[in-house]
Amino acid sequence: MTGTFVGMPAFPAAAHEALGNAQLRHNLAHATGTIRAKRQRLVDEVTLSLEGNSDWEALRLAGAGVKESALVDLATHLERLEEALTANGATVHWARDAAEANAIVVAIAKRHRVDEVVKVKSMVTQEIDLNRALEAEGIAAWETDLAELIVQLGDDLPSHILVPAIHRNRAEIREIFLARMAAVGRPAPDDLSDEPAVLAAAARAHLREKFLRAKVGVSGANFAVADTGTLVVVESEGNGRMCLTLPEVLVSVVGIEKVVPTWSGLDPLLRLLPRSSTGERMNPYTSTWSGITPGDGPQEVHVVLLDNGRTRALADDVGRQALRCIRCSACLNVCPVYERTGGHAYGSVYPGPIGAILNPLLRGVGHDDQVDSLPYASSLCGACFEACPVRIDIPSVLVDQRAKVVDAHRGGVPKAEALAFRGAAVALSDSRRLGLGERLTGLGLKVGRRFGASKWTSARDLPAAPPESFRQWWKRTDGGRS
Amino acid sequence: MSARDDILGRVRAALDGVEPGYDVPESPRIAPIPDVVGHFAARVADYRAVVERCSPDELAARVAAALPDGARVVVPAGLSVVVAGGVEDADFAAAELDEFDAVVTEARVGIAETGTIVMDHGAGQGRRAISLVPDLHVCLVRTDQVVPDVPDALPLLDPRRPHTWISGPSATSDIELERVEGVHGPRTLHVLLVG
Repeated sequence: MTGTFVGMPAFPAAAHEALGNAQLRHNLAHATGTIRAKRQRLVDEVTLSLEGNSDWEALRLAGAGVKESALVDLATHLERLEEALTANGATVHWARDAAEANAIVVAIAKRHRVDEVVKVKSMVTQEIDLNRALEAEGIAAWETDLAELIVQLGDDLPSHILVPAIHRNRAEIREIFLARMAAVGRPAPDDLSDEPAVLAAAARAHLREKFLRAKVGVSGANFAVADTGTLVVVESEGNGRMCLTLPEVLVSVVGIEKVVPTWSGLDPLLRLLPRSSTGERMNPYTSTWSGITPGDGPQEVHVVLLDNGRTRALADDVGRQALRCIRCSACLNVCPVYERTGGHAYGSVYPGPIGAILNPLLRGVGHDDQVDSLPYASSLCGACFEACPVRIDIPSVLVDQRAKVVDAHRGGVPKAEALAFRGAAVALSDSRRLGLGERLTGLGLKVGRRFGASKWTSARDLPAAPPESFRQWWKRTDGGRS
Repeated sequence: MSARDDILGRVRAALDGVEPGYDVPESPRIAPIPDVVGHFAARVADYRAVVERCSPDELAARVAAALPDGARVVVPAGLSVVVAGGVEDADFAAAELDEFDAVVTEARVGIAETGTIVMDHGAGQGRRAISLVPDLHVCLVRTDQVVPDVPDALPLLDPRRPHTWISGPSATSDIELERVEGVHGPRTLHVLLVG
């Protein structure tokens, strides 16, 4: 691993390599199996607890509705959000892309003459590669979530939205802590064991000095309430509270799709997210803040509203629903493809089924083979749609994105698949040609097996040709009567 | 064109022809809970927090008993119970707060179904940092503050205030998804349910 997703091979090549890693497959099967069971138990509990005939599905419908209502009138809600944040004393910035957002955060850090910032786990700052931008300016960005710390210390890449170090087991984590902590702060104790509680204690001791001295904190947000100018961060460890509360300056980078219109709209979302994500009734800590509170927490608060492809996704009538995503990662945990390949094969901070649609939607198709390969990283089994707490119909978006990938490649040198389908169109559009084709199936298969069909047959069975075609059988038996 | 106007323009262009109104289905409510306070206590305990019930008369003694001998204790202004030896928050710096072993606070709302305590950091609760840095958090929740579920809690909270929703002690499942209590927040959460 080199610490960057840039230049990753397309999904089939990356997946092939990942499948050869037995340790990775073992770690993933254990982790996703555990979390699936926990989630299902709570989904059933919710259905039993609700009044009348109401069920988990009703909660999903409400959650999807809140997010959809924000998206269909997004400009209005964004303007309201800006107005409320500003009234609460926050400074609102807008960034068209990653470079603009990074420049804003770097400028704020430089203005305060800091050489370090503490960070809450945030998908969006990974998406824009903020840490690298800060490092280029001599500012260290300390990841404080345990899994992010493991990834950062190991010069590794995240492989899961919720548990970015899901591909690492306890023995590997112990090795990373022993080898790397000393170079960036308080070293791990010499007698460090691989007990999770001991490893967590080492992370607590290592990060505490960084929390206590930090002047600038950087976060994302799970939700941004437009009416009240409230940002919400959902977390487990308390590292988020540390970063949101102790520094003098707080900068939050927020994708424009994080908007929730009203405070009461948080209701279904705060009930859906932890249950779908970690399989808990509620996550240990949720922090909300509305700009500046005199005498409590950071007295300089910035919010960077980021586009970075979101308006491209918003313009896609089928794909728009992907912007409802609340980053719970339930779709990863139920996906048979993700469970076997892990997250790195997707070549993005957004792996799994949601990544397979979000990346092409945010970045567009037709100019990067890696992105174009993602809509095909699925068996279309539909488990992701069933698990999604905001009812994103991922399989339908995958199919639509496949069509868009095909459309984007029309006109140039056709791929083997396109030639095959062109041939099929010729044969199937004329009954005489079809009859001829059927008689030649056996021969065709033999030739195909020899030349070029291996890309198809390496992962699938190619059935043997029947001894006679349907038409031949019909003629011989008078339609089955003789 | 400014980034702001550019982005808002792109948003409007992207939604050209999309109906801006959307009927949000009502969020379902839980069936009545016969013993809301008992349910809350059980759900908080599920997170491996310490939960005790007591009467208002017993409170001072229970708070004292929850604090280890010799513990340095910080308390917020306006706390309704006297904590022997407690030091009132004087806008201590983070490093100074780190010298305290424990904090005693009140809360704003308890949510039974999820076992959640919500603080809005008003009187008796203190600013956010004091209930974060010390390793033991003794939290007083009155039984009349407990509501059944999340939709019952939200209307009671003023979004202009900062909030901390607490469901058990600090925890992580980042190592092989095995839950471990106690990372950066208070490693022990001791809830006294009063009333």
